[in-house]
Amino acid sequence: MSSADFAILAPEILLAVYAMLALLGAVYTRKDGLAPALVWITAILFVLVAAWIGLGGGGTDVAFNGLFIDDAFSRFGKVVVLLSAASILVMSQEYMARRGLLRFEYPVLVTLAAIGMMVMVSAGDLIALYMGLELQSLALYVVAALRRDSVKSTEAGLKYFVLGALSSGLLLYGASLTYGFAGTTLFSGIIEAAGEGTASLGLLFGLVFIAAGLAFKVSAAPFHMWTPDVYEGSPTPITAFFATAPKVAAMGLFARVVHDAFGGVVSDWTQIVALLSVASMFLGAVAAIGQTDIKRLMAYSSINHMGFALMGLASGTAFGVQAMLVYMAIYVTMNVGTFAFILTMEKDGVPVVRIDALNSYASREPTKALAVLVLMFSMAGVPPLVGFFGKFYVLSAAVQADMAWLAVLGVIASAIAAYYYLRIVYYMYFGEPSDALNGGRSPVLWGFLMASAAAMVLGVVNLFGVEGAAALAAQTLVN
Amino acid sequence: MDNLLSIICFVPLLAAAILALFLRGDDAAAQKNAKWLALIATVVSFLLSLFVLAGFDPGAGFQFVEEGEWILGLNYKMGVDGISVLFVMLTTFLMPLVIISCWQVETRVKEYMIAFLVLETLMLGVFMALDMVLFYLFFEAGLIPMFLIIGIWGGANRIYAAFKFFLYTFLGSVLMLVAMIAMFNDAGTTDIPALLEHEFSFGTFSVLGIQVVGGLQTMLWLAFFASFAVKMPMWPVHTWLPDAHVQAPTAGSVVLAAILLKLGGYGFLRFSLPMFPVASEILAPFVLWLSAIAIVYTSLVALAQTDMKKLIAYSSVAHMGYVTAGIFSANQQGLDGAIFQMISHGFISGALFLCVGVIYDRMHTREIDAYGGLVNRMPAYALIFMLFTMANVGLPGTSGFVGEFLTLMGMFQANTWVAAVATTGVILSAAYALWLYRRVVMGALIKESLKTIQDLTPREKWTFAPLAAMTILLGVYPALVTDRIGPAVADLLTNYDDAVAAADLGHADGTAVAEAH
Repeated sequence: MSSADFAILAPEILLAVYAMLALLGAVYTRKDGLAPALVWITAILFVLVAAWIGLGGGGTDVAFNGLFIDDAFSRFGKVVVLLSAASILVMSQEYMARRGLLRFEYPVLVTLAAIGMMVMVSAGDLIALYMGLELQSLALYVVAALRRDSVKSTEAGLKYFVLGALSSGLLLYGASLTYGFAGTTLFSGIIEAAGEGTASLGLLFGLVFIAAGLAFKVSAAPFHMWTPDVYEGSPTPITAFFATAPKVAAMGLFARVVHDAFGGVVSDWTQIVALLSVASMFLGAVAAIGQTDIKRLMAYSSINHMGFALMGLASGTAFGVQAMLVYMAIYVTMNVGTFAFILTMEKDGVPVVRIDALNSYASREPTKALAVLVLMFSMAGVPPLVGFFGKFYVLSAAVQADMAWLAVLGVIASAIAAYYYLRIVYYMYFGEPSDALNGGRSPVLWGFLMASAAAMVLGVVNLFGVEGAAALAAQTLVN
Repeated sequence: MDNLLSIICFVPLLAAAILALFLRGDDAAAQKNAKWLALIATVVSFLLSLFVLAGFDPGAGFQFVEEGEWILGLNYKMGVDGISVLFVMLTTFLMPLVIISCWQVETRVKEYMIAFLVLETLMLGVFMALDMVLFYLFFEAGLIPMFLIIGIWGGANRIYAAFKFFLYTFLGSVLMLVAMIAMFNDAGTTDIPALLEHEFSFGTFSVLGIQVVGGLQTMLWLAFFASFAVKMPMWPVHTWLPDAHVQAPTAGSVVLAAILLKLGGYGFLRFSLPMFPVASEILAPFVLWLSAIAIVYTSLVALAQTDMKKLIAYSSVAHMGYVTAGIFSANQQGLDGAIFQMISHGFISGALFLCVGVIYDRMHTREIDAYGGLVNRMPAYALIFMLFTMANVGLPGTSGFVGEFLTLMGMFQANTWVAAVATTGVILSAAYALWLYRRVVMGALIKESLKTIQDLTPREKWTFAPLAAMTILLGVYPALVTDRIGPAVADLLTNYDDAVAAADLGHADGTAVAEAH
């Protein structure tokens, strides 16, 4: 342990110190009165740290004897996590304040969750992995139940906690098996112990349990059961947060484990990941059709999207990881915009989540409706919007890895999923006149919605350079 | 100009962006401005495209090529050759007429114009794209404006029709996407001219225990077929078309029949036939028979219709049957005829839907029974409708005849029985078209509601005039088309025949072919 180790961890340490100071500051001063300021400070800090990480030096550094890895892959993940967390914080500020939910714990917990996620994408060891995961999860359990007097919110928190604990148990069991058979918790040691070709039975068991635990965190079917209920019950800004940053972190962690620790036995895990991918794509596509609550619909939509991201991972190649990272970056951008819109859905100040409340929305708010239309078609993967390129990347990765069958199943699922995205467009543009929505004119949310929709259109030109960064990240992870 | 094609393609999009960003309000003045801007943009696009036609050299392969780098190793590449140039012209020629034809729309005019302008850009892009993924981008993106056109401005059952249209064609297209990725993986490029040179393997392999004769080529061909057959549309996947046509507003029907249906045929000519010649040869009988069934079956269905638009929609499916049969006859007459038929059908079906639109605007019904004896009050309309009905039937002297005759000649060389069955379609088309004409236009004017109906306005006459001129011009002087497409078609066929001969399908089974390679 040297000062060099701490220098590598500087962003995480900075955020941790900030979280502690913010906590103390709020406790000893005006408590919730400080919350609006804290939200803004946290968001700005996230953006600054993201810039620091993103624009900082290149190369790969390892801290604490391999426990913590700082490379292009982890930097990509961290930048996406921090920027999306910052966006959600800014977006949620007004919504939470008006409903008396803006407690000072909220920005502090989000900061702690973000630190957990940063550790997750940087983990080089099963212990670091678990620490990061638990720090993130514990913070998220609490924010899910932030609306203490609401039955649904507390139910969401409890459900998330119980099922999350179960998945952590699975993961720990897998980690202990892996440790038992590999003799080390370091990824670099496990990859040597696993060897090339096929892993030993014990390691295989470990791998399966770890994969199950991680699948729970990315909410891939068949480990998705918590997602719709938690999405529905949590306050909408929290749902938006669940849908973005943690997904990126968990997906990054998944990629790190399978490539860094089990990169020699690719054929052992690609089938598991491919199965998760197919199950998620179809479940997300079919189960969302009957939903009437837009938050539940987004939950199934996110399951469907995770299926596609896993398709990139299932190919087991560097290009597959690149495709997965591009997909996640696009997914997060789309979700930030969509949730910015969902946050504006209200009638007389009360949040509305019924989809049919969107009836004839386009005739009252043509600009916003157009932006949502763009986002929906982008999520469905219709060109020329950017969402299509995300799908194009992962499908290419699958075909390149001789998994054309996976690509074919994927496109069929995407055609099914197109239906429910179109249904939202249908309500907005073809629906009967109604006045189920009014108000909701926050300029901040409007800005996020428009920026996200504009990115979906303008990104056609060059994807804002995400492709290059993702390629570099994937190269450092898979070699 | 080095980027003439891009300018032609994106002028409408630019106009759409201007409308979306700068036009405020929905009063009469704003609506008028929207219409005029849309008209100007489409006319500018048409005038510019005349330069392409003038500078086009039929023997020179891909021309007006522009290229630029894009993401993922893809290229932005545009260009036209003998096969695509006339489709570009067809699109730019028809769009101003489409815009004029919706001059009387009053609901959400701005959005309506934007949808059509965007649609024009996308359709032109399909015909101009020389990069496979760019092609897909334009091909698929066209669904969005069309979905909205049907869904927002359509008839009573528009929502069902819009969803059916979107999901049907989307499912077909995504399979094509997978095939494109597989081609990219195999050939290492998405450049269409390079892919035309590339030989995809056709050694037999088995999938899930089923022997696939023609191997990779057959799989790719089938995936493309899924997309183009739905788009054409071919029997039995044509059922979205009557619904979409009936529910779409008049201008939407015109675009759908005149241009969007041609995307499928163009796709066959651009991808299926030249890139997978062996698979095309193996599966040609299948397509020929599907086409023959389509011609006879949909003609019979057309006879039974009581809704004018539906009748013409089924007649479109029948006419597209000639196109697919002509294409997969794989000879000069068949291909020339198929392209000719597509161009001519663009004018004729567009005009027929406009004819229905004219009386629909006046009476707000498309039921055939609601009309009769229109000739007494609408002589000009009767004349125009007569001309296009005859063209639809394929009367010599109109462009419809040339297309049908050439495709039938091509079919006859490929498969006499198919030609024999398809020829009955000519008789059936005369039956349903003339019967429609008799019921709507002829006879005594006995219906009270029709006694005050007005004849064509000057605006409507001017909409029909160019279409009538083109129908007759191409009918008496078909060389206008065939001279331009001839060399490109001949090239395509030479390559096709060479590839089929090299594959030696006649007396060697698939495994022997695979070993020989």
